[in-house]
Amino acid sequence: MLYAILCYNDEEIVGAWSKDYDDHIMARLDVVHRKLAREGRFTGAARLLPTTAATSLRKGDQEPLVLDGPFVETKEQLLGFYVVDCADLDQALETARDLAEANPGVGGYEVRPVAMFVPGSGLS
Amino acid sequence: MTDLAWIDTALTSARPQALGALLRYFRDLDAAEEAFQNACLRALKSWRQNGPPRDPTAWLILVGRNAGLDHVRRQAKQEPLPDEAEVSDLGDAEDALADRLDGAHYRDDILRLLFTCCHPDLPATQQIALALRIVSGLSVKQIARAFVVGEAAMEQRITRAKARIAKAGVAFETPGAVERSERLGAVAAMIYLVFNEGYSAGPGEAEARAPLCDEAIRLGRLLLRLFQAEPEIMGLTALMLLQHARAAARFDAEGQVILMDEQDRALWNPSMIAEGLALIDKAMRHRQVGPYQVQAAIAALHARAATPQDVDWPQIDLLYASLERLQPSPVITLNRAVAVSKSRGPEVALAMIEPLEPRLSGYFHFFGLKGALLRDLDRLAEAREAFTRAIALANTAAEAAHIRMHLDHLGGDGANPPGQAAPRH
Repeated sequence: MLYAILCYNDEEIVGAWSKDYDDHIMARLDVVHRKLAREGRFTGAARLLPTTAATSLRKGDQEPLVLDGPFVETKEQLLGFYVVDCADLDQALETARDLAEANPGVGGYEVRPVAMFVPGSGLS
Repeated sequence: MTDLAWIDTALTSARPQALGALLRYFRDLDAAEEAFQNACLRALKSWRQNGPPRDPTAWLILVGRNAGLDHVRRQAKQEPLPDEAEVSDLGDAEDALADRLDGAHYRDDILRLLFTCCHPDLPATQQIALALRIVSGLSVKQIARAFVVGEAAMEQRITRAKARIAKAGVAFETPGAVERSERLGAVAAMIYLVFNEGYSAGPGEAEARAPLCDEAIRLGRLLLRLFQAEPEIMGLTALMLLQHARAAARFDAEGQVILMDEQDRALWNPSMIAEGLALIDKAMRHRQVGPYQVQAAIAALHARAATPQDVDWPQIDLLYASLERLQPSPVITLNRAVAVSKSRGPEVALAMIEPLEPRLSGYFHFFGLKGALLRDLDRLAEAREAFTRAIALANTAAEAAHIRMHLDHLGGDGANPPGQAAPRH
């Protein structure tokens, strides 16, 4: 069974980490990643840019609405995610629109650039 | 991270919001600062014992407000302070306040706090010092170090700035849409001043002043969270990120300036660049052009180029042309001429800057560029004259040394390095 583990923290506090502290934490996480990779259980990890870099697409009766900022949940829950390679934000939003068209109704998508991606196959 | 470091960071990040709310409550900057200070002292004690509260900002506002009221009461009746446990035991009150905290209200609180620091009567240096003291919470000692002045002088500068603001009064009514957008513009300009104070530092001061760049970026992100759909705030934050991303590559070991073309791009900070590019992408979707966005777009073209040869100079030329329309200034035309020399040749660029000479006759970068263009056109005697004038106008030893190097090259075998004089490096 694949499990997604979603990481939560206060982005202002993480953003204020010194480079040394950030490097220190990343090195510690890398140990965990490598252990998972050795066990053949690592499929990838992503560190996202802050929510200020997010754009959202809200679905509804009309054409999906593009809004600046993170997706504000009112009654929705996080049900899935994609990691897609895009030339720019327009292409990422185009992709989200395709998804919305395939799956119309309520809810929406938050499009957030990935700051760092550790592919599962990249570690051994 | 130790407990203490965590609390310190949490207090810093809660500061603008908490202090802004306390300012609205007490309508007096000194009273608000004192109340916040009090709340921080109690947080140090209480959070270490009981762990962090669910909403640190709401906690600080509530405790700060109570502390401030205690102070008022104490002054009136000389009553003893209530028991510490009583004040720390917030329980339901904190939850209730957190529930009532509405983004829109907070937004104006923070904007008001920032806006108090950019009063038009205050000279730029005082605006910056005040913002760093009040909004960022840097100590007078830290600010004095960044400005390379004595602590007493900085203390005096801040006190004077505060007195001026107190005299002018702070507008407490909720701003209308037009006023809010004007305030936002003034605050953006002030944040960019803070950034440039850090960015324009020479190599000797760069380390002491780099925190100013970080602080300005933090304030930019803060504004962005409050005003999510403002393309100029996205542009400002992107611009600062893209410029600061080059920090590690801008000076060599001897402290000499390294121009962008010669910088080691491996030293550029990739995550700052990624964030800057993402923000400029977001801003462009709004199709509301503005000076910060255009400058960020120029910085983005440099950041996107894998090597100096890959830089899209014709596009940079176009972007500077639109910046000239938005903010006509001879310095912008001078910058545009650098792009023009790369895309259309030195002759066109020289024709573009020659009319600027009367207005830029005291400007180092003008003669630096003029000399480089004349050299590229093989008009060596005139180039030498322009370089000599540039040296006389140099602002730093590093600038002078750079031009002297060009002069030395002129005397040599005529192997010309490409034209270079952009003030931004």
